[in-house]
Amino acid sequence: MLAQALLLQLGYNATLVALGSAALGLAAGATGTFLFLRKRALVADAVSHATLPGLALAFMLMVALGGDGRSLAGLMAGSALSAWLGLLSVSWLTRHTRLAEDAAIGAVLSVFFGFGIVLLTVVQTLSAGRQAGLESFLLGSTAGMLFSDALLIASGGLAVLACALALRRPLLLVAFDSGYAETQGINVHRMDLAIMTLVMAITVVGLKVVGLILIVALLIIPAATARFWSNRADRVVLLAGLFGGLSGYIGAAISATAPGLPTGPIIVLVSFAFFVASLLLAPGRGLLSAALRHRAYQRQVHLRQGLLALAQSHPVYEARTRRILRRAGLMRADGVPTSSGHSHAAAALRDENRWQALRSSAHLSELSARDDGLTLILDVLTPDQIAELDNRISAQPKVVS
Amino acid sequence: MTAPAPAASLPRTDPAQSPLAIRGLTVSYGQQPVVFSVDMTVQDGAMTAIIGPNGAGKSTLLKAALNIVKPLAGRVSVYGRPLAEQAHRIAYVPQRASVDWDFPTEALDVVLMGLYRDLGLLRRVRAHHIKHAKDCLARVGMEDFADRQIGQLSGGQQQRVFLARALAQKADLYLLDEPFAGVDAATERAIIDVLKSLKDEGKTVVAVHHDLSTVRAYFDTVFLINRRKMGEGPIATAFTPETVQATYGGRLADGQITQLTQDA
Repeated sequence: MLAQALLLQLGYNATLVALGSAALGLAAGATGTFLFLRKRALVADAVSHATLPGLALAFMLMVALGGDGRSLAGLMAGSALSAWLGLLSVSWLTRHTRLAEDAAIGAVLSVFFGFGIVLLTVVQTLSAGRQAGLESFLLGSTAGMLFSDALLIASGGLAVLACALALRRPLLLVAFDSGYAETQGINVHRMDLAIMTLVMAITVVGLKVVGLILIVALLIIPAATARFWSNRADRVVLLAGLFGGLSGYIGAAISATAPGLPTGPIIVLVSFAFFVASLLLAPGRGLLSAALRHRAYQRQVHLRQGLLALAQSHPVYEARTRRILRRAGLMRADGVPTSSGHSHAAAALRDENRWQALRSSAHLSELSARDDGLTLILDVLTPDQIAELDNRISAQPKVVS
Repeated sequence: MTAPAPAASLPRTDPAQSPLAIRGLTVSYGQQPVVFSVDMTVQDGAMTAIIGPNGAGKSTLLKAALNIVKPLAGRVSVYGRPLAEQAHRIAYVPQRASVDWDFPTEALDVVLMGLYRDLGLLRRVRAHHIKHAKDCLARVGMEDFADRQIGQLSGGQQQRVFLARALAQKADLYLLDEPFAGVDAATERAIIDVLKSLKDEGKTVVAVHHDLSTVRAYFDTVFLINRRKMGEGPIATAFTPETVQATYGGRLADGQITQLTQDA
């Protein structure tokens, strides 16, 4: 069933929803990355909650004008207007009062959302028969999606994506170093408004599929996921688009396999699954790889300390150090070094003494910053420089007694 | 270290042509002025240190000159014209603390940011852009670190990458905010060598500086500030025990100041 869904064989509506969701996820993932890197993720939450009053008012207006109030384009226009108002409120409160941005976000989010819920209730009592399931915009609903809806969602999403990519350089520069961006002729305030406007557009476009409460997840989770896989901003943007698009597609497909499965929440859960997998498995920044790296480093430290102890005929007390030395075939169970242990220990001590000599050398001492206890001096110096250090060592009394 | 050039050999700068001329600049956060009615005329082709105690408005002066912080009053002209027309001739090296070090960007990417004015929104990054960026990294001795994520670099290395980004702009005026703060001795030497080579090319360098003991060795002119301008001019005449004492308002012991401001 899922395979059929993924291959777009579950019928017309499921196919529309899957393709629309994929386009939305792609656009949201890539656009959201700029917001994520600017550390303004919560503003998106305020903006999305601020769509609700506009949604309800647009519905009322369309009904009052004699329509049935369910035109997606009309609802989108209304929600965009009130989201824009919410965005301007946050921006104004932050710039012109002493309120911090988080307080401004909290105030705007709750007031707009509360007002929206009131309006929604009014809509339900006024026109009970025709209220058209406006509350489905809270969490998204794809049942009965029209071709024109899917087209609107996909093309709107891709248009936002194109704008975000065109602005990628100034957006990233502002996110990284806004003061410097200003000296490069970039209007930082205008760029911040631009990214928020794009985010608002994504929110409005995604209302039907994901709903206004969960859209922020689709903006932020793919970016956070992609960050695990790359240290370069442009690749993080592309990967976030990929994760977002896959989440939209797979999530929509899963929700099509059984009646009543909500599309939006499942898309969010799929993108969360990508996040968890990346958190655990990504090379470099993933938890598993970090743990392995830590273990390998710890082993090296123990090995080195153990060898230095052996070289100076000190007893090795720590159990882990003894275990590591024995496993490496450097020490016997009774604590006596093997012949390979002897030679490795001597090499370690020689390295240590050379580092010691380096520190007192006038022209090489700068390199002592490279001494982390494990780096071999052979990897840092030329053979000539090492010969010079060895001369110093043999000229002085022994450094390590 | 070469001895500072005698003041007489420096060209006197006409304020109308100065790389950076500031008149009546006041900046305040809230009702409290941080910089009050400051005039400054930077000498063309010289290295100028901006010195003053903590909280004296040194960084704010630079930021306001660049319009990063919006001044309450005052005019800024760059090479005799308004800042907006000449901003491309200025390269700025911000304080290291102002940046998120976990940002997904590698050293070479940071340097390429210096080419933003050339690249604009959509122009492709071409081989010659990359080569230029790598040359700038090499000039600060960081060519081997081009593909390091910036958070993995030491403080001194990060500062050098920022300097390379400024070099990439091929500017005429370099404004640096505490370039030597928290860097190792090797980096300090590398940075000062690059700055002196810029001066040899006829460029102008202005740096916020906190270490009074190196002012004499590194710079040609000083600008002393403690909210108001406390002095300005060649080291020999402007960097004296009296001016420094006045600027620091008795926060330094007399013996200390005499020692710092006299030739070693």
